[in-house]
Amino acid sequence: MENLTVKINGIEVSVPAGSTVLEAAHIAGIDIPTLCYMKKINEIGACRICVTEVNEGRGFRLVAACVYPCSNNMEIRTSSPKVVDSRKKTLELILSTHERKCLSCVRSGNCELQKLAKDLGVEDAGKFDGSVNKYEIDNSAAHMYRDDNKCILCRRCVAACEKTQGIGVIGANERGFKTFIGSAFDMGLGETSCVSCGQCIAVCPTGALSEKDYTKEVLAAIGDPDKHVIVQTAPSVRAALGECFNMPIGTNVEGKMVAALRRLGFDKVFDTDFGADLTIMEEANEFVERIKNGGKLPMITSCSPGWVKFCEHYFPDMTENLSTCKSPQQMFGATAKTYYAQKMGIDPKNIVVVSVMPCTAKKFEIGRDDQSAAGVPDVDFALTTRELGRMIERAGINFTSLPDEKFDEPLGISTGAAVIFGATGGVMEAALRTAVHTLTGKDVTDFPEIRGTQGIKEATYKVGDLDVKVAVASGLSNARELLTKVQNGEADYQFIEIMACPGGCVNGGGQPQQPGSVRNFTDLRAERAKALYNQDADMPLRRSHENPAIKAVYDEFFGTPGSHKAHEVLHTSYVKRTVNK
Amino acid sequence: MGSAKATVPFSGTPEQEAKLLEVIAEKQNEKGALMPILQKAQEIYGYLPIEVQTIISDKTGVPLEKIYGIVTFYAQFSLNPKGKYKVSVCLGTACYVKGSGDIYNKIQEKLGIQGGECTPDGKFSLEACRCIGACGLAPVLTVNEDVYGRLTVDDVDTILAKYSD
Repeated sequence: MENLTVKINGIEVSVPAGSTVLEAAHIAGIDIPTLCYMKKINEIGACRICVTEVNEGRGFRLVAACVYPCSNNMEIRTSSPKVVDSRKKTLELILSTHERKCLSCVRSGNCELQKLAKDLGVEDAGKFDGSVNKYEIDNSAAHMYRDDNKCILCRRCVAACEKTQGIGVIGANERGFKTFIGSAFDMGLGETSCVSCGQCIAVCPTGALSEKDYTKEVLAAIGDPDKHVIVQTAPSVRAALGECFNMPIGTNVEGKMVAALRRLGFDKVFDTDFGADLTIMEEANEFVERIKNGGKLPMITSCSPGWVKFCEHYFPDMTENLSTCKSPQQMFGATAKTYYAQKMGIDPKNIVVVSVMPCTAKKFEIGRDDQSAAGVPDVDFALTTRELGRMIERAGINFTSLPDEKFDEPLGISTGAAVIFGATGGVMEAALRTAVHTLTGKDVTDFPEIRGTQGIKEATYKVGDLDVKVAVASGLSNARELLTKVQNGEADYQFIEIMACPGGCVNGGGQPQQPGSVRNFTDLRAERAKALYNQDADMPLRRSHENPAIKAVYDEFFGTPGSHKAHEVLHTSYVKRTVNK
Repeated sequence: MGSAKATVPFSGTPEQEAKLLEVIAEKQNEKGALMPILQKAQEIYGYLPIEVQTIISDKTGVPLEKIYGIVTFYAQFSLNPKGKYKVSVCLGTACYVKGSGDIYNKIQEKLGIQGGECTPDGKFSLEACRCIGACGLAPVLTVNEDVYGRLTVDDVDTILAKYSD
């Protein structure tokens, strides 16, 4: 592509044609502040925080850098007095209706608005104080709070819901000063077809959106001498938890995470990866059975509770296509409260299973029906990566200087197949590794066609005499596109993996929030996924069926994959829902 | 605009629904079809309650929230039906300085509804308007075609009592 020459603060820079002023400044090493801008999904130039002076031969004037395209020989001033003054005034106006309860706010220290106030040197946050709208906090959903008093109407959440996920249960209601973000007819989020994916929380610049925090309840359980409190951590938590402690994006902190959990006082530190290996045993078996017995195809994975709820609302006719396997989180919990309880001689009622997840929909999943193998919920508390970060911080644990420790046995033993569950395509690859072994006796480990962050991936693999057509989608807009093709008979896959969040769990709604300045210029999905694929490549065991702890659990408890016992404990059922009531 | 809470039970007829479905089928594939569909729907029903918006959402695939956002953005759309007697209080500058705000509040209190709503029996609806060109009579209100001027808060009871049938 041809390049343009622009002059930024007096220095000539060459930038690709089509660059915005924001992108050009980034190339020149200058971060222009933004609030509403989200690359590709929310390019609305609405908040005016990014205003910058440009001169295209007719004198300098203020434009929104996030959407204004560069022209050849354009002069740009990114921090002139006029620019700074304008940004400051805009921010002071935004702050005039913002509930400034920073001391108790969950985002304090990690709030884009707070950082802007500091960076721009806001002298008096109350300068333009006048009327304010008061809103009740919406706590109707299982997984999150909406506090519109802290909302700055940037609409990043609306874009994530509507564009990334194709759902659109939130939007701007009313107009002018009365505008607020909410759902139709003032319904609580819990009454809508929200799937709990949490992508809105992940992009919120302030404390307006946050997960329901259960850290207090977890600490209380740990402090209860009658309770045996065990924790499980999802694959992608280790690929992102370090970000809570300013470590580089994509650092694998598995060892330090285990050490921190032990220091927080959990009785056993286990790994959801064990649950993932178990999922593969059941799911690969289910797939082979469906192929052999003419079962419903394509079979679609059921690990992602946001996706499962989406399927129930938007594709109710396809719930029979969902694998009946519980998700790894639930399989882990169910196994802990049956097999492990029996082995250790502990009453399942006294076992508290805490999970740490990159996901907010897991908070919804633990309350679903048919998720209580031992007569008590399989999982008691599902925390997000962010909540764990908060617990570690509050306990005064110096995370970065912790030693690397190992998970406890037996539910902490896992394979590389389980680790890659956290990235889009990972579950499919893990299932294929085991399914190929089951059908042909051969060991194949790499399926590069279904790796990478593209929204939709397809491949055909020769397994014995069979051509197995597979597809992988992440992000619910992509899932909708793929499933519509299947429904219209334009595609005949046998096996589909779907993850609600774009890029899979590594980019889940419960992962550490990165500000727009990082998000817009870094592919979080790819960076975090790298940590998982590198770990997989380094592991001695890379196929779920080779996991000795998995072999033991079948020998001692379940018998074989798909057995009656396995069905009782490890499988579940779905409901058909509607979009609008 | 107005409150989201339905004050009057929905009483749409199958004929109205058939008409709405026809409009949707006709316009659905046009670009920017939502506004004309909403306008026609309001013509058919007189207002756009959740039942009507849900039909439009289900048939067009546009999320209900998106439709609701548009309906609450534009003053031309109403979430509530108009009553048999449409009470309209002028809150224009002249009437306002003469105390029409107090009159408006008194009527809200008396009828038990907010501006933009309709009483559950379908009798009275209330709205604020901006200047009906009778500033000399300020403060002014109208009930359907009847104009009342030079009012005080105490006149409210007498005026409403005239519409008892």
